[in-house]
Amino acid sequence: MNSNARLGIAIVSAAVLFFVFSGAIGVLFWNDLSADEQQILLPLLTPRAGLLTAMVVTGGVVVALIIKTLFESYDVLPARLAETARLIVTTEPARRLALEGPGGVRELANVVNELAQHRESLQRDVQAQIQEGRRSVEEEKNRLAALMSELTQSVVVCNLDGRILLYNNRARMQFRAMSDAPAVAGGGELIGLGRSIYTVFDRGLIAHAIESLQHGMRRSSSQPVAHFVTTTRAGQLIRVQMAPVMSAREDKQEQTLTGFILMLDNITRTFEAESQRDLLLHSATEGNRAALANVRAAVEMLDYDDLEPAMRERFIGIIKDEVQGMSVRLDEAATTFASTLKTRWPLEEMLGADFVNAARRRIEEKVGLPVKLEDVDESVWLQLDSFSLLQALTYLASRLSDEFEVREVRLRLAAAERMAHLDLIWSGQAMSTETVMAWELEPMQIGSESSPLTIRDVVERHDGEMWLEREKTRHRAFFRVLLPKAQPQEQPEAETFLRGESRPEYYDFDLFKASEHEHALDDRLLSELTFTVFDTETTGLNPSQGDEIIQVGATRIVNGKLLKSESFEQLVDPKRPLAPESAEIHGITEVMLAGQPDIKAVLPAFHAFAADTVLVAHNAAFDMRFLQLKEEATGLRFDQPVLDTLLLSPLIHPNQESHRLEAIAERMGVHIMGRHTALGDAIVTGEVFLKMLPLLAEKGIRTLREAREAAEKTYYARVKY
Amino acid sequence: MTNKVLIADDEVNIVISLEFLMKREGFDVSVAKDGEEAVAKIREERPDLVLLDVMMPKKTGFEVCQEVRGDAGLGDTKILMLTAKGRDTEMAKGLALGADAYMTKPFSTKELVSEVRKLLGITE
Repeated sequence: MNSNARLGIAIVSAAVLFFVFSGAIGVLFWNDLSADEQQILLPLLTPRAGLLTAMVVTGGVVVALIIKTLFESYDVLPARLAETARLIVTTEPARRLALEGPGGVRELANVVNELAQHRESLQRDVQAQIQEGRRSVEEEKNRLAALMSELTQSVVVCNLDGRILLYNNRARMQFRAMSDAPAVAGGGELIGLGRSIYTVFDRGLIAHAIESLQHGMRRSSSQPVAHFVTTTRAGQLIRVQMAPVMSAREDKQEQTLTGFILMLDNITRTFEAESQRDLLLHSATEGNRAALANVRAAVEMLDYDDLEPAMRERFIGIIKDEVQGMSVRLDEAATTFASTLKTRWPLEEMLGADFVNAARRRIEEKVGLPVKLEDVDESVWLQLDSFSLLQALTYLASRLSDEFEVREVRLRLAAAERMAHLDLIWSGQAMSTETVMAWELEPMQIGSESSPLTIRDVVERHDGEMWLEREKTRHRAFFRVLLPKAQPQEQPEAETFLRGESRPEYYDFDLFKASEHEHALDDRLLSELTFTVFDTETTGLNPSQGDEIIQVGATRIVNGKLLKSESFEQLVDPKRPLAPESAEIHGITEVMLAGQPDIKAVLPAFHAFAADTVLVAHNAAFDMRFLQLKEEATGLRFDQPVLDTLLLSPLIHPNQESHRLEAIAERMGVHIMGRHTALGDAIVTGEVFLKMLPLLAEKGIRTLREAREAAEKTYYARVKY
Repeated sequence: MTNKVLIADDEVNIVISLEFLMKREGFDVSVAKDGEEAVAKIREERPDLVLLDVMMPKKTGFEVCQEVRGDAGLGDTKILMLTAKGRDTEMAKGLALGADAYMTKPFSTKELVSEVRKLLGITE
């Protein structure tokens, strides 16, 4: 019943009550009078009946007005206030009640307003705290990602299913070395968010390591770690250290293992060096035992007085022969193992140019002496104890500055066979050999900074040498430090991680929560599946008539994020001529395809890249036909589920005419760039697909099965047309 | 009776010394240049003692030792193994296979002689 109806009823009943009351008073009054009195009054009242009625009616109206006023104050107004208050609770926390009506109602409204104010500020606080929390988590994540990418050790973090949820660039480079097809996939088929670590390491090996971690945790060892050494398919020797990732529980007892961290070390080269050293040791000891025995026996025979001269000659002959043989073996060993005959001080490998720059900064800062670089060979890698060597150079520079008033020094770096020359050059006179000797043997002191080491110690630590040389023609002199060179190392390739503008997506901690065993693939939510979005460029439209793939591009979607840094892009030699007009579409020319791998080399890498994922493509039927026609030749089946954005689009926009990729992208607000390269198209398709997911969910399409069934229907709908 | 000693070693330079040494002790000395020859000569000549080098062509000293110990008729033959490997695991193996004594190269010839005498039960 609305308030107007209630008001009507209240007024009518009040008026009726008033009339009944007035009537009753009239009747009572009339009956109380005696007959005579009634006779007297009747003529008096009869002519005034109109006035009496008007008085009663006026009284009724007054009553009605009073009722209406009261009703408005105590029913309509509270109801309105209640409505407004509900708004405050639900949608408009900033709204306030109007202060009107009688005092009690006004007071109530006031209290409600205060409560609303209080609630609003509380909410604002909570919001601010959430945002603050989120920001700091984000900050920490970024800091972690930055740290990881700078680490020189390979780190991979996995959840208990063995899915990778974090890795760093170093690990990526290392996996690249392990890849069977490094040139094609660049290790991208091995490492990637959400990929299984078991493609690289034996499942049993990891399981065993996890077991020993858990064992260590049960004995409440403070830092349970597991180690193992394994060989990869490519024959590399990898030393792995595994540490646990624990669930975040306050109580240590209740913490459980939620994942593990792998730190990888490629020890192939170290191992080779070590076994060489062993071999050297062996040839120096065991290898000489027999020879020594021969010499010793012969020498002892010479002691006998009764030895005949002829026999004596024979024994001396034996000694000469054996000693000569030992000398030859010693020389051989010394030259063969020269590189391993180093002091065991742990030296780091460093790009020489980086070291020279560091030295320049340090000398300028500590000594205040200008430093110039002269002929620094950028390709030289050094084996260094960089800290002590920096100290040594700074110390020399400071003594030059203090004692010989040198105003500028220069640094030079050049390769010299197994070693490298690092020169500290200055103009002017050279000091005497005695001075150099003193400098070499005194503990180093630079200003207030002193070191127990001498220059000689530092040089010996590097198994190097140092001397003073004069360049008489240029009136210069220099200290030359002879340092051991290192094998050049692979520099991180800029293009491998600069595909997107943003920081590469090297981590996804949400994967910790993911468990793939809960549902079969078909019943899992689209939002939690891993997809490979791909596209191919081809010589033409008819694979059955000999058209071939000339480019494959793919990117990955993991946990609802497009991972542009984990892309796959490869040109393919079609082994057939290319129609010149097709270059207008994809911009690929025959020149570009010359020397590229053929499809038999590329497909295995792409197959591995797409393993364990759902394929997504625009007009997938077209690309799949090309892949299927290669099944026989390569023995590879792409039998994973496939989703087609061309078929999904009509589910979302049934009334649109065009479902071409450009049209969908425009509707979905996806910015198109680099189209008509396979990777460019794959990325656009992936972005479109991601935008489709929530829209599909609105239509009740959430799982892979639902998406496939719905797409099938649109497909048939199109075919029937 | 003169004791017979067989020297089994493929290295001429040690054989000359050993041969001289053993002859000087008054033993009847013969030489084998590889494992097979050693086994053959042990069967044929029945030496009282064999100076047996481990590293020999055709058959190693270990194989020779095992074969000799597997032949009940050759039970009296003393075997002194010589090796150019310093690992104690080898010594354990040699003794386990039935060698009576074991010496690691380079050895003192005096000690070798006294070991040989001891094995042959010669007292001065």
